[in-house]
Amino acid sequence: MAAAATTTTTTAGTTTSTCRVAKPYSSLAAFSPSQLPFKFNKVTSRSNNSIRCTLTRNPFSVTEMDGKTEFDPALWQRPDSLGRFGKFGGKYVPETLMYALSELETAFYKLADDREFQEELFGILKDYVGRESPLYFAERLTEHYKRPNGEGPLIYLKREDLNHTGAHKINNAIAQALLAKRLGKQRIIAETGAGQHGVATATVCARFGLQCIIYMGAQDMERQSLNVFRMRLLGAEVRAVHSGTATLKDATSEAIRDWVTNVETTHYILGSVAGPHPYPMMVREFHAVIGKETRKQALEKWGGKPDVLVACVGGGSNAMGLFHEFVNDKDVRLIGVEAAGHGLDSGKHAATLTKGEVGVLHGAMSYLLQDDDGQIVEPHSISAGLDYPGVGPEHSFLKDEGRAEYYSVTDDEALEAFKKLSRLEGIIPALETSHALAYLEELCPTLPNGTKVVLNCSGRGDKDVQTAIKYLQV
Amino acid sequence: MAAALKFTTSFLQLKKPDTYSLSRFPSHKSSLSTKTFVPMAAASLTSSSRVLGLAETFTRLKQDGKVAFIPYITAGDPDLSTTAEALKVLDSCGSDIIELGVPYSDPLADGPVIQAAATRSLARGTNFNAILSMLNEVVPQLSCPIALFTYYNPILKRGVEKFMSTIKDVGVHGLVVPDVPLEETEFLRKEALKHKLELVLLTTPTTPTDRMKAIVEASEGFVYLVSAIGVTGARVSINSRVQALIQDIKEATDKPVAVGFGISKPEHVKQIAGWGADGVIVGSAMVKLLGEAKSPEEGLKELENFTKSLISALP
Repeated sequence: MAAAATTTTTTAGTTTSTCRVAKPYSSLAAFSPSQLPFKFNKVTSRSNNSIRCTLTRNPFSVTEMDGKTEFDPALWQRPDSLGRFGKFGGKYVPETLMYALSELETAFYKLADDREFQEELFGILKDYVGRESPLYFAERLTEHYKRPNGEGPLIYLKREDLNHTGAHKINNAIAQALLAKRLGKQRIIAETGAGQHGVATATVCARFGLQCIIYMGAQDMERQSLNVFRMRLLGAEVRAVHSGTATLKDATSEAIRDWVTNVETTHYILGSVAGPHPYPMMVREFHAVIGKETRKQALEKWGGKPDVLVACVGGGSNAMGLFHEFVNDKDVRLIGVEAAGHGLDSGKHAATLTKGEVGVLHGAMSYLLQDDDGQIVEPHSISAGLDYPGVGPEHSFLKDEGRAEYYSVTDDEALEAFKKLSRLEGIIPALETSHALAYLEELCPTLPNGTKVVLNCSGRGDKDVQTAIKYLQV
Repeated sequence: MAAALKFTTSFLQLKKPDTYSLSRFPSHKSSLSTKTFVPMAAASLTSSSRVLGLAETFTRLKQDGKVAFIPYITAGDPDLSTTAEALKVLDSCGSDIIELGVPYSDPLADGPVIQAAATRSLARGTNFNAILSMLNEVVPQLSCPIALFTYYNPILKRGVEKFMSTIKDVGVHGLVVPDVPLEETEFLRKEALKHKLELVLLTTPTTPTDRMKAIVEASEGFVYLVSAIGVTGARVSINSRVQALIQDIKEATDKPVAVGFGISKPEHVKQIAGWGADGVIVGSAMVKLLGEAKSPEEGLKELENFTKSLISALP
């Protein structure tokens, strides 16, 4: 991996510049201002062990590929000029929002070339969020999954739980708050389910002196009263949403309605890789630092790449943040774990990719939980952060293309994993993260000795102990 | 059929009634009629050909120097039999086009009034087949065209082509899909055209002029001008920007322009007509009357009075 990338991203003042990087990309400095948060590469040709890429101001201006090469992930447009990942994604919103969405998209691309913005973001991520987050070798967890003959995979945790506010959510919230400032918008709105994204948003609004309104389902406010207090303590106004089923999907709908109404003064910090374009792409890019750091850290620790990446998927932001860097590395397995709630056949689950059907919700085409009439069905998960009937469109795309695999685990299995990591590593994981951890039970016995597994430890579990008390005997 | 009215728990677990009951109003007479229409029996498939389409309706009104009155109601609130009666009331009071809302679980473009109506309707077990069956019976009795207002997911679930042919079969003339902006309409437009349905597109105060031009170019039936930045629901007054927006659209197209969102009073209606609009759309105020009435009968009576008061404010 000697060939350090001669990327010219930040100097791309002209329309295009080219670079040659060894395959699979070189040791991109995972965490440096020049790499954050944007790096759009469009591959125009490739040979055995090198790719030639063109960096452009507008990545969508690249001409179409010849021939049928769509099975090469490096040639996929994620997304295309209409914000589509294959047939997924797009912009299915009321006309009133269309201008704001294109304004947002323009601002996003402009900031890719804005040195000052990049440096400000870098500084805040480093000194305020505490990046980079460690890639931690989970020694006792690894030991636990060893087979009787002493063989088994090596398990590493990407410690997003150590970020300020206790989860990966802050990466995106910080970047979007900065973006809102650039757009001259002083009023911030956001939706939240478990409250983690709400807390992250309230935090960055406090930090930047922005007005903050959080929409939260009335039912979730009861389940997550601690986070409601945290948001209020941080100066945010938390608005209870009583419509529909009074959970995350309704909070999201209400946030979108607020945005439709106040679009001229307000920026909507959407908390996942969901919603209308450019959100799925933008939120992914703001979380892509997770995967970039992982590549660098893996190289430092064992001189290679991870073999398997595992992350939980609700909307899918922590998973996309980890996966994105590795989508083009076909030898890296990508595994997303959904919430099976009371079981896939119980009708009470949130396993959108496993059991859903294609439809349109909250501005994007993706897999959804819906009934025969196309009405959105209320999901269930013990983890409020996974309790969402949709999923980010790029995950739907990666599933259909066969690039990523998606499985599900039940509430009970997640609780067991919650306890297990606490006992074996002294790390209390979020219930969301516990879903990814629980899948290790199935995964580890199938992996060859020495396989390097990186699991995104997306959040800490302090917020969940009140929920867990009801179920766990400790 | 009474069982169809008994659902009280979450709609998600419900068995969906595929029919609706008109039994509550067995003796309803069209005594409200101020227009002539041809009453007819249950057969319906050919009825739509006798009623003018949306664009044709505007053409006819223009010849008479009139402005179209377009009320909106949510199907199934408080129940489908009331909806059926409400359609007849609205028609006989002189409505020119009726927008019928298909209830949806996540209506992004709607304010609290229509959201609540949709939630009530779904909780009662209203489903699309029941709406179709109601329309199949009622449309032949109407003299004005119906435009369905529906979010995209229920269309997708059914399949765009099948959806179009199904609604055409029950005599629907037009379609408004508030969460499908111009970029995503291509397939919808193609299928609508194939089935001779008029797909109405929306333009708003935040829509840049160039984009507005592309929208009015693609819109069929009429151009739906959203008067306010925001979701549906009554406002105290109408934004004065609307006057200029109407002019902009008039410069870009000969297609008729109807203004909706936030219009709830005779003075609003009069003002918008005075600004040169070809039609006015009133939704939440209508839905509220039906939703908050002590009984369906009372709601229908109030609907009639309200509709007449709005229409009398129009030229």
